[in-house]
Amino acid sequence: MSATAVHSLWTTAAAGTDSISKIPAPKIEYGQLSPTLIVVGAAIVGVLIEAFVPRRSRYYAQVFVSAVALCAAFAAVVALAADGYGTTKAHIAAMGAIAVDGPSLFLQGTILLAGLVGLFTFAERRLDPEAHGNRVDSFAAQAASVPGSDSEKAAVKAGFTTTEVFPLLLFAIAGMLVFPSANDLLTLFVALEVFSLPLYLLCALARRKRLMSQEAAVKYFLLGAFASAFTLFGIALLYGYAGSVSYARIAQVVDGTVTNVDPALADTMGNDALLLVGGAMIVMGLLFKVGAVPFHMWTPDVYQGAPTPVTGFMAAATKVAAFGALLRLLYVVLPGLRWDWRPVMWAVAIVTMLGGAIVAITQTDIKRLLAYSSIAHAGFILAGVIATSKDGVSSVLFYLGAYSFVTIGAFAVVTLVRDAGGEATHLSKWAGLGRRSPLVAAVFAVFLLAFAGIPLTSGFAGKFAVFKAAAEGGAAPLVVVGVISSAVAAFFYIRVIVLMFFSEPRPEGPTVAVPSPLTMTAIGLGVVVTLVLGVAPQYFLDLASQAGVFVR
Amino acid sequence: MENLIALLVAAPLLGAAVLLCGGRRLDAVGHWIGVLMSSASFVFGVILFADLLGKDAEHRTLMQHLFSWVPVEGFQADVAFRLDQLSVTFVLLITGVGSLIHLYSVGYMEHDERRRRFFGYLNLFLAAMLLLVLADNYLLLYVGWEGVGLASYLLIGFWQHKPSAATAAKKAFLVNRVGDMGLSIAIMLMFTTFGTFAFGPVLSHTGDTSEGKLTAIGLMLLLAACGKSAQVPLQSWLGDAMEGPTPVSALIHAATMVTAGVYLIVRSGAIFNAAPDAQLAVTVVGAVTLLFGAIVGCAKDDIKKALAGSTMSQIGYMVLAAGLGPIGYVFAIMHLVTHGFFKAGLFLGAGSVMHGMNDEVDMRKYGGLRKYMPVTFITFGLGYLAIIGFPGLSGFFSKDKIIEAAFAKGGTEGWILGTCALLGAAITAFYMTRVMLMTFFGEERWKNQPTRSPEAPSAEPAAEHHGEHAEPHPHESPKVMTIPMIVLAVGSVFGGAFFSIGDRFLHWLEPVTGHSEGDSPLSAAAVTGGTMVCLLIGVGIAWAMYGRRPVPAVAPRGSLLTRAARRDLLQDDFNHVVLVRGGEHLTRSLVYVDHTLVDGVVNGTAASVGGLSGRMRKLQNGFARSYAVSMFGGAAILIAATLLMRAV
Repeated sequence: MSATAVHSLWTTAAAGTDSISKIPAPKIEYGQLSPTLIVVGAAIVGVLIEAFVPRRSRYYAQVFVSAVALCAAFAAVVALAADGYGTTKAHIAAMGAIAVDGPSLFLQGTILLAGLVGLFTFAERRLDPEAHGNRVDSFAAQAASVPGSDSEKAAVKAGFTTTEVFPLLLFAIAGMLVFPSANDLLTLFVALEVFSLPLYLLCALARRKRLMSQEAAVKYFLLGAFASAFTLFGIALLYGYAGSVSYARIAQVVDGTVTNVDPALADTMGNDALLLVGGAMIVMGLLFKVGAVPFHMWTPDVYQGAPTPVTGFMAAATKVAAFGALLRLLYVVLPGLRWDWRPVMWAVAIVTMLGGAIVAITQTDIKRLLAYSSIAHAGFILAGVIATSKDGVSSVLFYLGAYSFVTIGAFAVVTLVRDAGGEATHLSKWAGLGRRSPLVAAVFAVFLLAFAGIPLTSGFAGKFAVFKAAAEGGAAPLVVVGVISSAVAAFFYIRVIVLMFFSEPRPEGPTVAVPSPLTMTAIGLGVVVTLVLGVAPQYFLDLASQAGVFVR
Repeated sequence: MENLIALLVAAPLLGAAVLLCGGRRLDAVGHWIGVLMSSASFVFGVILFADLLGKDAEHRTLMQHLFSWVPVEGFQADVAFRLDQLSVTFVLLITGVGSLIHLYSVGYMEHDERRRRFFGYLNLFLAAMLLLVLADNYLLLYVGWEGVGLASYLLIGFWQHKPSAATAAKKAFLVNRVGDMGLSIAIMLMFTTFGTFAFGPVLSHTGDTSEGKLTAIGLMLLLAACGKSAQVPLQSWLGDAMEGPTPVSALIHAATMVTAGVYLIVRSGAIFNAAPDAQLAVTVVGAVTLLFGAIVGCAKDDIKKALAGSTMSQIGYMVLAAGLGPIGYVFAIMHLVTHGFFKAGLFLGAGSVMHGMNDEVDMRKYGGLRKYMPVTFITFGLGYLAIIGFPGLSGFFSKDKIIEAAFAKGGTEGWILGTCALLGAAITAFYMTRVMLMTFFGEERWKNQPTRSPEAPSAEPAAEHHGEHAEPHPHESPKVMTIPMIVLAVGSVFGGAFFSIGDRFLHWLEPVTGHSEGDSPLSAAAVTGGTMVCLLIGVGIAWAMYGRRPVPAVAPRGSLLTRAARRDLLQDDFNHVVLVRGGEHLTRSLVYVDHTLVDGVVNGTAASVGGLSGRMRKLQNGFARSYAVSMFGGAAILIAATLLMRAV
């Protein structure tokens, strides 16, 4: 065997020139991985419930198991953080595959909370009128039935519901938990697929406008697969460059601290072209997931077509997970390439901020509007990523936490405004909503103001933090562009507020459904977090600041 | 004893709060609450005055520090009061005359359903005016200054249903803003110059400050005084302010508020003493205004507007005296006090006449009223004698002193100013005699003709009794109105003699304002003689024009000057052409720039962003294949750019 240090199971297997017997038994720190394990376990239990529990009780069993699992996983994260795994005891677990450190725990906590709130919106069953005496949720009665067919009608009549969404949600969350803490490229890829595939499915499951939903899912799947291919290719190239998929090992090769050449890779190791091209391709896969321009085209179509609870969850949690992974990749693996990737990321951030904000101006559908808004926000977060400082990390962490609650809350409000065709997402139907349902309109206005970054909302604190970090990190022009696109973005957020409060209601306008306590909790939590983080952000900024160091 | 000072302000302030917040429950007793609070303030004033009298001249200053208002490093402002000879004089005038006018208003406003509110505003005015004269620093003075401006605005426009009253209130407010700006700039200059705006430090450090800065401060204070005291060039609001109820004209626009400018100049005497140029400007403003007001007063047929011109003119005398420096400060204040008595009395008399004449204000429709309103006639007559300076009455003493002081200024200036003042005395005699003759003497022109014009205020009491077009039945006013008139008449008769014999007022005020005799080229007797001659000429001409000949019921066309004077010497035309038109042109050009340039840029940006948005939106065509191409292109650029960065 070569003198190369054995860094992980994977590298050993890949380098496998020696006999199998030398592979050491993997050492797994189950306690430190417990948040992920709990969620994966619950997802498997959910599959079993689908198999063995009678149809009538499945919904309750699924919601119960999911809620308990998410709460338990969150408790595990808090326990690990309290135990010091976020700071002093941060280390790399599972034979180098998973990093347990501040950013991991912070982001896992955020994803779990977003997942819990998302679960509430998934479980909502009071918005649609009852079909044949059965309460229905936002998901298709039977996913396999062709839209408009007799079998669909029969499924609706029989009161079927797709309770599979709950295990799918849990699998997605499990993948997202691993994604930002993955410490080698293969774990990264596996996590990417684990959370992507359930999301593709979930997108196709809308109860209303099923064709649009399925179209969205297919597009998402095709483009997602395309992006995954890039990522995988990039991983291969990086392996060729460093002879390892471990983050730490690649970083060392980049730094030049390890130069030993694996004989099998003697031709490629240390070839900078491989490094640059491979790195760019992996980054591209991640930029696809966060919805950065020019990899954003799927976002509006998918956000619009997917069932709104799925959109809300996806918009919040995917962004958190993907930015976490991006941060780790750029800060741990490629810091030595800072001078190569920073200018490119600058350009991406600028076109993302401006593109998202500008195209949003002419949108007429509230879900598409929010989709473009999320693109613009991805640009703002990228500005914080580019800061390449500890403040940059913590500001991004804070922004992600704040943003995910606003997003889920906003999409939850969208589920409430309905007419005969389901959700009334066309903006013209929202005219005068403030006169008919002042409370709902006011809550939505709070979310819009937070998106716009108006002071006393979490949006302001977050934006201020990332822009400050970016400016201190030497990216002042980026901040200028950010502020300009914030101004552009403010136009369409405020326009919706004006539409809601200062326009005459239309006679055939939509009604506002009275939700169950589940959605109310989701929305209420969103408002409370938005205002608390806006009025008194310091505690959470400190928390994010403590969590802002990656283990290497 | 010091603690009483705050009560002076607090009593009417409490009254205003109770009356304005109390609602309809207080409608029945509201006016008496107003009278009570104002009288209480007067009683406190008398007690404090007695206390000051008991001390020796050098120690007649009481200070009360209430609390730190703005306790910022480097910017200290306290709510603190200073009661000295000057401010106690004002306190007694304000609360004394104020209480009398409160009492008068009980009768005058009897039939107005908003009487409670009226008294609330009057109380508010008293509180603000007392704050103005009691403040120990310029910032607190400014609060009172704005407070009286607010009260004046509210009271001029009290009959807000009349468009003319609403417009007059707005005009007074706007013109006063110009003056208030002067005061605020003066205060800022004081802060940058002295680092404080408390009277003590500011006024004692004028010696070691450059004259230029003091001149600037002085001119800004003069601008403030011009606004509040209706001096040229900010005089235009006072005539229109007569739209307010007559008690308001008597209290605010004759006796007290309009003299605040004189108070400001006298109080800031140390600044003006050290800035001769500013002083000269003050005297010029005073001299011009005293002639301006007098000429306007000659041509007006509206009794209140004639009196308003007179007020302007008399305050011109005071400002002139104040501009003379230590020669004139004491006499400015003395004339202010005597004027407070006789002018308030004249206005109340005019109100009484209107009360009996269906609110008719046109003197050409009066005549021969002395038989019908004996008390009004006598009190008004005594006020008349006082203002023209009939020997022995109060105006004689105070105005004569000012004319003497103007000559005592010395040099060419002294001659010019003195001549103006003498001329003013002659015109005063003319227009006041005219008012007297047209109102109380001659034939009864009001008989056989309906007098009430339809747009006259319906809220005025007499109208409801006599109907729209009835012939007026002149009658004496009730006791609650005549008693204040009698008291004020007594003050107008004896006030001047009381102050002047033994130079009482001079010795009283001298420790605060300082005094010097000046160097008059004429003896006191010569000045007095000259004044008497002017008086006789003025009265004689008026008698010849209005006493011997019948007064035409419709005003004759008149000379060019008369016609100009009827239009307030074209002040409004001047303002319209210079300020309104100029302002309109300025705003129009600004609006043009705003529309074409600013909005052009803004709208152009918005339109181009919108257009860009529309075009970029087309890229989002819904085909997964186009999306994939976009991703592929993006990835290619990303990779190429990364490689390029390394190559560079």
